[in-house]
Amino acid sequence: MDVQLLFRIAGVGIIVAVMATVLKQAGKDEQGQMVTLVGVLVVLMMVVTLLGKFFNLVKATFGMY
Amino acid sequence: MPAARGEGPVEIVQIVGLGLLAGMLISLLRQHKPELAMQLSIAAGVMLFVLMMAKVLRVVEVMQSLATRAALEQAHMDTVLKIIGIAYIADFGAQVLSDAGEKAVATKVEMAGKIIIMLLAVPIILGVLDAILKLLE
Repeated sequence: MDVQLLFRIAGVGIIVAVMATVLKQAGKDEQGQMVTLVGVLVVLMMVVTLLGKFFNLVKATFGMY
Repeated sequence: MPAARGEGPVEIVQIVGLGLLAGMLISLLRQHKPELAMQLSIAAGVMLFVLMMAKVLRVVEVMQSLATRAALEQAHMDTVLKIIGIAYIADFGAQVLSDAGEKAVATKVEMAGKIIIMLLAVPIILGVLDAILKLLE
């Protein structure tokens, strides 16, 4: 649980935004869409893992089993 | 309970710093990729929550020890803690959703949280009613 993850998500976001823009300028809209989709999925994997950990922590803290 | 080293004043600086940093990155991403900005805000929210969870655990321990000293029923105390946990999670989800502009879904999540809390509280309410009835007799 550290700040690294925030930077990782922001980095993926910025790279995906730039790649989508470049691909759009090059007239390859479909590939741009695909890049956006893959970026969202990659970040979603990280966020879902984090959320799972978070829910387990809350459940353990308040004895909600 | 004396604060351990590296807590208190240092911690609030960390938290405000993390919040400001996350806010800047989110507002940077929001212009280009709003869906990724939402995920970043979820991650930042979870991190801030987790930073506070250790403190919450200590508060819970204090509450437990007070409850044992007051000879409260353990089952009632467990219910109260569960309700706090449900409120935390439901509120977190609802806030993320309303941040992302999904007000309708956020309202439903909040409503589900309220209903589950009410169901959990039924035994306590019944206990209070029983106590009142006993007093009236």
